[in-house]
Amino acid sequence: MRVPVSWLTEHVGLTEQPSADDLAEALIRVGFEVEDVVALEAVPGPLVVGKVLEIEELTEFKKPIRFCRVDVGTRGSDPAAPQGIVCGATNFAVGDLVVAALPGTTLPGDFAIAARKTYGRVSDGMLCALDELGLGDDHAGILVLPPDTAEPGTDAAPLLGLAEGDADAVLDIAVNPDRGYALSIRGMGRELAGAYDAPFGDPAAIDHGVPTTGEAGYPVVVDPSSGCRRFVARRVTDLDPTAPSPWWMIRRLLLAGIRPISLAVDVTNYVMLELGQPMHAYDATRVTGDVVVRRARADEKITTLDDVSRALDPDDVVVSDDSGPIGLAGVMGGASTEVTPTTTDVLLEAATWDPASVARTARRHKLPSEAARRFERAVDPAVARAATDRAAALLAHHGGATIEGGVTDVGPFAAGIEAPTPTITMPLDLPDRVAGVTYPRGASVRRLVQVGCGVDVGGDGVAVVPPTWRPDLTRPADLVEEVLRLEGYDVIPSVLPVFAGGTGLTMAQRRRRQVSHALADAGFQEVLPSPFMSPAVLDAFGLDDDDSRRTAVRLANPLDADRSLMATTLLPGLLDAVVRNVSRGLRDLALFHVGQVARPDGEPADAPVVGTDARPSDAEIAALLEALPAQPLRVGAVLTGAWEPKGWWGEGRPSTWADAVEAARTVAAVYGATPTVSNDRHAPWHPGRCAALHVDGVLVGHAGELHPKVLEALGLPPRTCAMELELDRLPVREVLARPEVSPFPPVLLDVALVVAQDVPVAAIEADLVEGGGELIEDVRLFDVYSGAQVGEGRRSLAFALRLRAPDRTLTLEEAGAARDAAIALAGERHGATLRA
Amino acid sequence: MSGTNDSFDPKQVSALAPESLEAARDEATSAFAGASTLEALTALKPAHLGDRSPVLLARREIGSLPPQAKADAGKRVNETRVAVQGAYDARHAVLLAERDERVLGEEAVDVTLPTTRHARGSRHPLTQTSERIADVFVAMGWEVAEGPEVESEWFNFDALNFLPDHPARTMQDTFHVQPPGAKQVLRTHTSPVQIRTLLERDLPVYVVCPGRTFRTDELDATHTPVFHQIEGLAVDKGLTMAHLKGTLDAFARAMFGPDSRIRMRPSYFPFTEPSAEPDVWFPQKKGGAGWVEWGGCGMVDPNVLRACGVDPEVYSGFAFGMGLERTLMFRNGLPDMRDMVEGDVRFTSAFAVEP
Repeated sequence: MRVPVSWLTEHVGLTEQPSADDLAEALIRVGFEVEDVVALEAVPGPLVVGKVLEIEELTEFKKPIRFCRVDVGTRGSDPAAPQGIVCGATNFAVGDLVVAALPGTTLPGDFAIAARKTYGRVSDGMLCALDELGLGDDHAGILVLPPDTAEPGTDAAPLLGLAEGDADAVLDIAVNPDRGYALSIRGMGRELAGAYDAPFGDPAAIDHGVPTTGEAGYPVVVDPSSGCRRFVARRVTDLDPTAPSPWWMIRRLLLAGIRPISLAVDVTNYVMLELGQPMHAYDATRVTGDVVVRRARADEKITTLDDVSRALDPDDVVVSDDSGPIGLAGVMGGASTEVTPTTTDVLLEAATWDPASVARTARRHKLPSEAARRFERAVDPAVARAATDRAAALLAHHGGATIEGGVTDVGPFAAGIEAPTPTITMPLDLPDRVAGVTYPRGASVRRLVQVGCGVDVGGDGVAVVPPTWRPDLTRPADLVEEVLRLEGYDVIPSVLPVFAGGTGLTMAQRRRRQVSHALADAGFQEVLPSPFMSPAVLDAFGLDDDDSRRTAVRLANPLDADRSLMATTLLPGLLDAVVRNVSRGLRDLALFHVGQVARPDGEPADAPVVGTDARPSDAEIAALLEALPAQPLRVGAVLTGAWEPKGWWGEGRPSTWADAVEAARTVAAVYGATPTVSNDRHAPWHPGRCAALHVDGVLVGHAGELHPKVLEALGLPPRTCAMELELDRLPVREVLARPEVSPFPPVLLDVALVVAQDVPVAAIEADLVEGGGELIEDVRLFDVYSGAQVGEGRRSLAFALRLRAPDRTLTLEEAGAARDAAIALAGERHGATLRA
Repeated sequence: MSGTNDSFDPKQVSALAPESLEAARDEATSAFAGASTLEALTALKPAHLGDRSPVLLARREIGSLPPQAKADAGKRVNETRVAVQGAYDARHAVLLAERDERVLGEEAVDVTLPTTRHARGSRHPLTQTSERIADVFVAMGWEVAEGPEVESEWFNFDALNFLPDHPARTMQDTFHVQPPGAKQVLRTHTSPVQIRTLLERDLPVYVVCPGRTFRTDELDATHTPVFHQIEGLAVDKGLTMAHLKGTLDAFARAMFGPDSRIRMRPSYFPFTEPSAEPDVWFPQKKGGAGWVEWGGCGMVDPNVLRACGVDPEVYSGFAFGMGLERTLMFRNGLPDMRDMVEGDVRFTSAFAVEP
């Protein structure tokens, strides 16, 4: 909310006027973020009110230019003659009062005005627009003052509040959603009074001398299903439709960022800013029949003030007459009953609406109006009548209107009906106990009174009745906050709580950290790609239609419609990062990412309805948790380009499938696990270069080279490799198995076995380990040979065996027997024969 | 051990004559000096120090001398031998040094040649910052709690005292999951982990919750739809706002140095009451030490405790949360958030040595 300091402090009994910056600091201290403080610069020099006497249109230029003769009293270059001024604006007419900066004036921004020749004429000064005066950013035309504001030649600076010593400023204050009352001079002034411990005069309590007769007001029916809390209406007649708004009102609206329109509209906006009550002015002659407040019907439409036709939802609340909806309750009025330049008969509305209902309607119709902003944060139901009187009085005073004696005041919170004001009881020392502070005696009560509460102290407790504008105060905790913030958070001491019950990171957390260390140590760079995934990438991956990775969490409102899914695999994000790096000329890459993926097993069911008044039952908690998709933690890595670049050391070598598998082994090793590797066919990997990794018989992931078609489709470099493991499937052992460290010497034996080409090394290795039994300490492949000597379709695998006994020196005979058993098993299972 | 009084002239044995020995010594010394390589020197050794060398041949003659002459001749021979051996050793040392120097010179390489055959890996600075913060709290006895990113609205909003249709729900621009009836969202903050923690763990609870969070902000220099937060929650008997301040002060000092500290401004969050926004005193701030906005905090709202089955009459608690991207931005002077999410390896590798 933007508000000029002069207005903000109007109802606060400050002994001396603080600077705008001090005021901002004070508001920040009590919880209002001041986003900007704009000081209005004084304008020195002959800035005067002028009256346009004559306009000469200069048509020979590309844009309309006017040469004006302006009556500036005796302040002109020739005191006896009008001043000649060139102007590019067209929003004024002969007879209008304008603001003329005569030569010698310095406008804000050090803009010195002098007589100068322009467009073939001598311009003896400048007619000013609002932004040129530092009064906002409006540059739609020059400022035209209301008629009779002042005589031509009068100093304009004091009138505009721009004289030396006026020192006004505009504060831009952010108001949190729990403090709707503060979106007004009334509310913010009270806060300021609290911040300075100064007296406050409530502007809503001012008697504007508006008489009320007993007669009935305009007929209004409030349907209870509308949620309308109060509807106050009052009619004023005989309004002079040409009567302008007074300059002081225009100035305040302008500085608050609201464009002046007409007296009737300006008054409703002014009262909204002053009292926080959004109002609406109907042209009473265009309202037909009784006003009915109700829910919209399914097929109804309304054209709102912004000339947009809107289809209504049965959840919308409307103000209607015989013609149908004439206003979207609490959000925007309708065009059909809008006040016009000829309106003389005005029906003023000040209503109080259900905040949630207004919030839904404003969101549904994307209409974040000033009124909706206030209503969805709750408006004081008690201020409606004061606001109506204030607006009527202003129209009477400035527009010559007659205020009708009858007042409509209906709805559950109407005057005379006891509004529900719960009494909150609170231990007197609760604020002290929450803050960890001993406040001065009486401080809590004084602060609660300051915010408008009724306070009754009895014994150790207080009974507190919150004011009608503070529906957010319902519990002792809410009252505590009021005391603490007004006493100042800066008096709260700093005390470090002592807690020694922790057991550090869990083993799973430590292992997870170690995964990223291990990969970084192995030469991989960590990236944090977006989890938003395109369905198209799964097509490019060549996944089967029933592949579980196609079952993804779908976003209802993705930022990018093409990326509407939550990733079911880390690869798309990593591959995006590869593409980006390659496009920036970085071609040799080894990237990794540790992150959650979302793996739903189908469309989620409707959520269970669970309350918040107490701990949910175990069954309810289980239902909430089960409704969510599985979200395992994974690690993925991609490699492309050279692992070792060409250099003075030689040709280097590219990254290969083996590096991807090794990365997977590195991760598994962090968990103390040795994965079992097997050949697999799994998109998007190359069907002949894809490894499946199992630990304890559980599939933990895949590694290898990606399918050439996938790489082509995604614009990735050829031979790009990748691995992805599910960390949550790796066993987290608190204690790893005890190693056997035998001090006895080993026996080292080599065996060369000939097997069919398609028998995997890992299978033979497993045979040797199993067949050799407990004496086998290590099996290592050291050579692979295929060629004529071993026959077509076969290859020779040479293994080094290390055998050792735990409790004795192994004899060669024993070792030989174990080796023979190992070979026998490989022969039996995979047809391996000893190489001749 | 003299036996007779026969006079003896050692010159009678010419090899033992002092002149002969001097000549042998001079000859050896000059021969050694003339050797220009270790090999040449070694080749000269038999002639001057070998069994057939003049000095050793002379020593053999000592036995034929009368006893009274032996000592004198022996001494002379020995001195000569020592002198020849000394000359050899000296020359050997010189030649060895020369050879070593030559060999080392020949072995010299250009040590400015590049040595890195594979680029070093590194961990993302956000990961490092997150772990750093967790470590600060773990050192104070806290534990680390986690939760899922696709979250139930009950955890993300309801249990955190966000009322339906209250503007606070729309303050955090939320990604919603299909279908709407499932009431699932991408968590807008790490605060749902507070709820999970209170439901799962026994009291007292002191946890920090790092994690990835989501809001529908378009990516630009200061916003990203996917970002990271770290959240703290303490629920115990007798916790006050002073404890919150003390905890944040300690946190600030750990992150930004001993001069750092916290001040709090009143604010609003549905799940805390009272609520505050902390500013941190950042001594290294660009343009001079100053306050920097740093997340949100407050005393856990009694409604939140109640929704988790914690009696607010017995227990109280405080909570706080910070954005990690923002923390990293001001701590490391990073101007553009996009660098953190785009995955350019030049960005990540610059942080390889962060602790």
